[in-house]
Amino acid sequence: MTDSKRARPPSRSPADASTESVTDHGRRQVDPDEAAAMEEKIRKVEIAISLTLRIGVVLSVIVIAVGLGIMFSHHADYTSISGHFSYMTLTSPHTAFPHSFGALRHSIANGDGQGIVVLGVLLLILTPILRVAIGVLSFIYEKDPPMTIVTLYVLVVLVGSFFLAGA
Amino acid sequence: MPERVVLDSNAVYGFLGEEAADRRRSQHPSYWSRRRHSSCHQNRPNLIGRLAELAGSAIERRDLHSNGIEADGGTPIIPGRGSISEPRVVQTSGSTYNSQMTPLDFVISLALISVAAGVLGSLVGLGGGVVIVPVLTIFYGVDIRLAIGASIVSVIATSSGAAAAYVREKMTNLRAGMFLEIATTTGAVSGAYLTTLFPSRFLFILFGVVLGYSSFATYRKRHSAEPLTVSNDRIANYFNLHGSYYDTAEKKEISYKVVGTKPGLVLMYVAGLVSALLGIGSGALKVPAMDVAMHLPMKVSSATSNFMIGVTAAASAGVYFARGQIDPIIAAPVAAGVLLGATFGAKVLGRITSKTVRLVFVGVLVVISLEMLQKGLFS
Repeated sequence: MTDSKRARPPSRSPADASTESVTDHGRRQVDPDEAAAMEEKIRKVEIAISLTLRIGVVLSVIVIAVGLGIMFSHHADYTSISGHFSYMTLTSPHTAFPHSFGALRHSIANGDGQGIVVLGVLLLILTPILRVAIGVLSFIYEKDPPMTIVTLYVLVVLVGSFFLAGA
Repeated sequence: MPERVVLDSNAVYGFLGEEAADRRRSQHPSYWSRRRHSSCHQNRPNLIGRLAELAGSAIERRDLHSNGIEADGGTPIIPGRGSISEPRVVQTSGSTYNSQMTPLDFVISLALISVAAGVLGSLVGLGGGVVIVPVLTIFYGVDIRLAIGASIVSVIATSSGAAAAYVREKMTNLRAGMFLEIATTTGAVSGAYLTTLFPSRFLFILFGVVLGYSSFATYRKRHSAEPLTVSNDRIANYFNLHGSYYDTAEKKEISYKVVGTKPGLVLMYVAGLVSALLGIGSGALKVPAMDVAMHLPMKVSSATSNFMIGVTAAASAGVYFARGQIDPIIAAPVAAGVLLGATFGAKVLGRITSKTVRLVFVGVLVVISLEMLQKGLFS
């Protein structure tokens, strides 16, 4: 944060402004047509990412809602506005719910609402990872090797951390 | 009568007595066995605990909770939120919470609160956990481990929900975000291996001071909203991290240049590190790093932080799932509510001024930094 104080004044000085104009376009000079085509490409990629996220998010909400619906329809005592069945029994540390992929598969096969909700939550968890994966593809599409490497590194660390954690 | 006392002291502990939660967790060694953390004895009451003791109301309860406590089990990763509160009052005093609430009431009320959490979380780029964790533990008496699992879900929901709107409005600087994720993810992974080296108490104080300073720096910058027009930062130029966005509040396209990538990377590494070490959401450091050090406009900083916290949280979400911390009946209303709120918050961010975003952010940051200091100094 203190470095910003030092970084700011030089960037405004005339001497630096002249060197800046050389490096302003990054790695190579691009003519206006090429720049416009690039803009268009980037725009397409951004819309694609936005759409993927929206689909992932909507899908997970639908799955969660269906799961909740099934959960409540299976347990009549859950749905009353007031009653003797407290939510506490479902939120205590001793509550049983699927927390491994095997148990999840079993739970969904049984048509259990809880399993379907967990599936929806997992879909939601996957969206940021999917987004990074699309990022890799989009930077390849934009022919941007440095950013491709950067994004690929993030994806590798992200996936790797899952295995490191033993999940 | 004892029930009444338990409620009062729980409310106090819930808001400020996070060390109690640390102690509590230590009773589940198997739960945290995968995480290597420094052990420190935390049997002393905190400031509020002492005050309550003086008032003569919480003595019984403290004794109750001091039993069987050996060591701090360590703090897990909680993106969006560092604060933890008393979890297991449920067992001792179930009736102090509204146990007449049925699962349906619980789901509906939690979903409504989650909408508010999503709006605030996406607005400042910190994630919904800032609201979700205290609400679950204090108002619903949910076990802290399950609340943390819900917090992870809420951070990802904030991130993905807001991102769908942000990217379309080009508010997020994807290139800068992805570039900075190098440091954040590396920091998070190395943090998991460094936990034995530093006493967590020292880290809480350090982090409280750092956050206090960043809230001050962010506040001081509230009038200088002008973005940079030139940049002599070689890394930023090489990776072309500069950008522009259409500001709906000012009704014009604002282009900006990025500087200070080196301090930015260092801060992001620290952000990843502390999120693994202290279990606090790294958004609290990410926003000031981008806003103050790298001179990204405040709205862009907030939107880009929103993108980044989702990626960081996703890295730890698998662990929380495997540990059984993602309870479907809690996660379902949180996920749905926060998604809705985040989508709305993302739309609000476009319309309000950078100054307002900055002030809201400073407010939230001050609260978090005070909590960190309190946890470090009085635990």
